[in-house]
Amino acid sequence: MSEKNRSLNGVITPQRKNEFFKSVLGFIRKNWVGFALIAAMFAVIFILEQILPSSSMLFVVLKKGAIYALVAVSMNLLNGFTGLFSLGQAGFMLIGSYTYAIFTIPLEARDAVYQYFNGGIIKFTVPVPVALIMAGLAAAIFAYLIGLPVLRLKSDYLAIATLGFAEIIRAVFQWDKLGPVTNGSNLLKRFPSFSSTLYPFFVSGICITIIVLLINSSYGRAFKAIRDDEIAAEAMGINLAKHKQLSFTISSFFAGVGGALLAMYQTTVQAAAFKSSMTYEILLIVVIGGIGSVTGSILSSFLFIASSEWWLRFLDDETYIGSFRVPLLASGFRKVVFSIVIMIVVLFYRQGIMGTKEISVDAILRFFRKLFGKESREEAA
Amino acid sequence: MEFINTNLPYILAGISVGGQYALISIGYTMVYGILRLINFAHGDIFMVAGFAMVYLSATSPLYISIPFTIIITVLLGFVVERVAYKPLRSAPRMSIMISAIGVSYFLQNCAWYVTSGLAKQYPKIPWIGDSISIGSATTKIVTVITPILTFILVIALVLLIKYTKIGMAMRAMAKDFETSQLMGVKINSVISFTFIIGSFLAAIGSLLYFTNYTTVTPIAGAMPGLKAFVAAVFGGIGSIPGAVIGAFIIGICENIIKGLGWTTFSDAFTFALLIIILVAKPTGLFGEKSTDKV
Repeated sequence: MSEKNRSLNGVITPQRKNEFFKSVLGFIRKNWVGFALIAAMFAVIFILEQILPSSSMLFVVLKKGAIYALVAVSMNLLNGFTGLFSLGQAGFMLIGSYTYAIFTIPLEARDAVYQYFNGGIIKFTVPVPVALIMAGLAAAIFAYLIGLPVLRLKSDYLAIATLGFAEIIRAVFQWDKLGPVTNGSNLLKRFPSFSSTLYPFFVSGICITIIVLLINSSYGRAFKAIRDDEIAAEAMGINLAKHKQLSFTISSFFAGVGGALLAMYQTTVQAAAFKSSMTYEILLIVVIGGIGSVTGSILSSFLFIASSEWWLRFLDDETYIGSFRVPLLASGFRKVVFSIVIMIVVLFYRQGIMGTKEISVDAILRFFRKLFGKESREEAA
Repeated sequence: MEFINTNLPYILAGISVGGQYALISIGYTMVYGILRLINFAHGDIFMVAGFAMVYLSATSPLYISIPFTIIITVLLGFVVERVAYKPLRSAPRMSIMISAIGVSYFLQNCAWYVTSGLAKQYPKIPWIGDSISIGSATTKIVTVITPILTFILVIALVLLIKYTKIGMAMRAMAKDFETSQLMGVKINSVISFTFIIGSFLAAIGSLLYFTNYTTVTPIAGAMPGLKAFVAAVFGGIGSIPGAVIGAFIIGICENIIKGLGWTTFSDAFTFALLIIILVAKPTGLFGEKSTDKV
């Protein structure tokens, strides 16, 4: 055994202590730009909130974009990194948002909300952060149970089965007999929500960080192996059932948290809104961003929300230039343009914005160094 | 007997809607059989057929609007295949499925744009929209016509697949895509032909379906489409008689559930059935067993 190996076995030599500090310093030095960027981002949002009126479209886009980013990344974990084509995301978001709403509606508001069900049967509330975690856990438990039979299916059968389960969940939550808990097909409202844009950024940020850490761990490598070749992965000793179940459950956990955030953003929840078209939208976000790229999903969800809620709004309004009516512009045209763009991406840019690449701080720094390096060289010459 | 008497209206409605699902599900099962693709847009093609009829009959008499509705639907099916699926023939299956979802999203948004999201009244087609009474139940003639028409069309289709050259090409492609290509089967025209047949049957189905339900909305095709797909899986995907039997079973069960007062669960039941069949017998009732090759 060499000297190096012995030091790795836990004997703290001065040399090793030195190495440890060096690595910590190295980590900070390597990532300080990243940390600084995150801090700067929060600061910018904070300042913008002080300057701009709170009704500005920018905040709508930022809030909803952050929530959709979380859901899209959670779907990407499943579809892009594990290769399980699941279409149940809306169902798990529904579970998350209902769990959150049910356990946080203040006691004094319950009689008004559950007006047809004598104030409901749940007579306690939990703090918001606990409710957020409960939302995730509820979705994860359901996902675990659903996953037991469904994950044995392959590709398109899995897609249609998860889609079916999402529809069943939606029907069950609208059932009259469950009214005392879910308020039947009526709205749930008056639960606490957030006013600051920093809140969804903070929660989504933490969740996405956890997902990224998972993807970079040995579990993540196992997921990718399953995606690339199931048979080879199994031959390498990866337990397929266990890892698929794990990925499915974790993805649903974060979809549940995303659903809870969406409930907070909308301030009301109704099961009828969580249709399969919601899953399709999230899937299209993932596709545009690039299947298998976390930063791609985040980027494309902000782009998607910004263009559908803000930038392309003008397409929906009838516009006159002088007395000339601009043709085609009418309610709904925005969505048509949008779906054409999506089809172009799907057909001609199958990689999406990012493919499987990631935006990293290193790459940005390298880019700038190259840029400035070139400039300084030119100056010197 | 008691059960049948009280539930006769529901059973009749079930048989009728089952026939309509059957006509849609053939489109799914044939496309899946050949391309291994769940054509998510098929339900929306069915919806577009409904709108085409609404707009055409507003300006022209029935003997023009019905044939033109069918022609428009068939053309749409053909164009969708050429534009959205053909370029992805060598791509992974997931890409084609995503493309199908994109087409479905596109068609729904277009329908929304054209109609401003309003439900449109479906035109009354004389005779088949009239009421008749069978036993204790009153219903429309379309209820009786649907199963008969479905059987005639299905038998015609089965004969076509069994005894014509293009039918043989379809069977060959369903068995082995690449080998049939090597044997000189013109895959593109056969696939187009498959989509044309599927869209044609969906157009007929939409004529019958919307005569019963009278309003068309941009999302009217989503649920019947999914149910027809479930019927196709239930009967064993790729098998036409299977799809028809599956569709009738789903149509009847769904309406009996409605009759029992469980309307909330009539959609959920279909998917529960799907999951049970997928877990218990993934190949469906009449599906062929396929072996995975490494």
